[in-house]
Amino acid sequence: MKLADSNENMPDSNRILHHLSDFPALNQKINGHQLVYLDSAASSQPPSCVIDAIAEYERNDHANVHRGVHTLSHRATEVYENSRDKVVSFINAKSRNEIVFTRGTTESINLIAQSFSRSSLKKGDKIIITHLEHHSNIVPWQLVCEQTGAKLEIAAIDETGEVNSQALINMLDDKVKLLAISHVSNALGTINPIEKWISVARDRHIPTLIDGAQAVPHMSVDVQELDCDFYAFSGHKMLGPTGIGILYGKEEHLDKMPPWQGGGDMILEVRFSGTTYNELPYKFEAGTPNISGAVGLGAAISYLQDIGMDRIKTHEKEILAYMTAELKKIDGLRLIGTAKKKASVQSFLLDDIHPHDIGTILDNQGIAIRTGHHCAMPVMEYFNISGTARASLGLYNNKTDIDRLIESIGIAKKIFN
Amino acid sequence: MESMSTSGDELRDLYRELILDHARNPRHFGRLENPSHQAEGINPLCGDKLKIYLDIDSKNTITDACFEGSGCAISVASASLLVETIINFNTGQVAKYFSAIIASLTNTEKQAGIDLGKLKALEGVKEFPTRVKCATLAWHTLNAAIKKQHRTVTTE
Ligand SMILES: Cc1ncc(COP(=O)(O)O)c(C=O)c1O
Repeated sequence: MKLADSNENMPDSNRILHHLSDFPALNQKINGHQLVYLDSAASSQPPSCVIDAIAEYERNDHANVHRGVHTLSHRATEVYENSRDKVVSFINAKSRNEIVFTRGTTESINLIAQSFSRSSLKKGDKIIITHLEHHSNIVPWQLVCEQTGAKLEIAAIDETGEVNSQALINMLDDKVKLLAISHVSNALGTINPIEKWISVARDRHIPTLIDGAQAVPHMSVDVQELDCDFYAFSGHKMLGPTGIGILYGKEEHLDKMPPWQGGGDMILEVRFSGTTYNELPYKFEAGTPNISGAVGLGAAISYLQDIGMDRIKTHEKEILAYMTAELKKIDGLRLIGTAKKKASVQSFLLDDIHPHDIGTILDNQGIAIRTGHHCAMPVMEYFNISGTARASLGLYNNKTDIDRLIESIGIAKKIFN
Repeated sequence: MESMSTSGDELRDLYRELILDHARNPRHFGRLENPSHQAEGINPLCGDKLKIYLDIDSKNTITDACFEGSGCAISVASASLLVETIINFNTGQVAKYFSAIIASLTNTEKQAGIDLGKLKALEGVKEFPTRVKCATLAWHTLNAAIKKQHRTVTTE
């Protein structure tokens, strides 16, 4: 039971969704101040159950998977595959054949670019992304376009950080071979209306890839309901460890796609006269995988499911609204990213103070935020700025954290007055 | 200020008046018409970007210098102080100052024989390891300009 019972009657915003001891890293002082972690969009903090699951695996079950008849190898295989099943239930995939373990969102997207797209793109074909994307949903497409002669086209955004939805829909003609879009923008927090875009794309027989790195930690995601073709996300942004992530793909596509890396595990038989590939999802998992990472991700999913994604969403929505309202009250503070529907993230600028200076002053007060371009340089270019200060939330944040943030911004203002 | 505890003093030490002044009103900001030497430096972590322009005469004396670019308070102030300092230096003196300033920003050792003067105002970055690169960027860029290295300098 993750809810502290004594908090049951508090207003939602102050009710904590966890026991403090669940997140050991949050319980420390930085520069003499209690840490306030507002950088979960970069990487979230793992709860003890995730840390323990990894340690337990390394202490007792460590071995290679799918490769031995001995007990440890059997156990390692079991915990690894058990995590795959948890992912299936977490995003409601149809089958475990649709869940490929990768290193993270970046690798998942590269896999699609190099296997699905590269094998079929021709000169004159188009891939559509939005102006909001993280570099990991831009550069893989630039590479594959260079390799195939296809063209990358960008759906425009407006000054609130929303994509011009109709313009995007108008771009979806019969030359478009993939619509690759973020579910939630990491720099601005915009929640894109992907349901609508996917449905139009489906009508026009255009496959869709969703970059869900910033969505999965904050709301429930059902890939069957979305009916997207591919969905990518990272373990370390959803309370799990780094180095593990997921590519969901519809079986009909994964089945037809060529492998993109060769090696052990992804084969059935290797002969010099020719090699046959393993069945799904192993065809895309060459080499010894990140087993402890998968175990940690599985534990993170259980933790999130115990609390419930809908409760997390409600809680974070309230804290985000509070944070945005409090930031707005600060004289000289400019919010960057003011879309109507947002999750977790608020970017801002303060007077003409460089975001990096804000970051240093806040860190000195124990407040961790991210500053810079957030791997979304085209977004910064659109706003004609070099970067922003960005505070982003996890389920463990509360209003007190926001009060500390606001107080520290006051100190930055005083120093630079 | 109550919430500025001991750690707040480090902040005051980093953002000294002289630093804030140079960040707000950088000296020798702009370009030279036909510089004999120039180089560009970037700090990818924060997106600081600097260009340094120099006129160096036949006796290796820096007769004029300018910089332009954008960045955090520390990188702009460091560039401004640097340019102010090195005008009329010869390149040998620059090399000595370069070692002395790097030493003063990264550890507490005093470099014998060199009084860094105003440049001492940058010493506050010692307590902020993530910001040392902001302060050294201008110096690395200056070095590249003197050596006529045309590749952009990065701090990574
Ligand atoms: C929207 C978005 N996409 C992709 C990524 C890349 O994720 P990773 O670095 O875990 O591969 C991130 C993480 O920064 C992100 O925020």
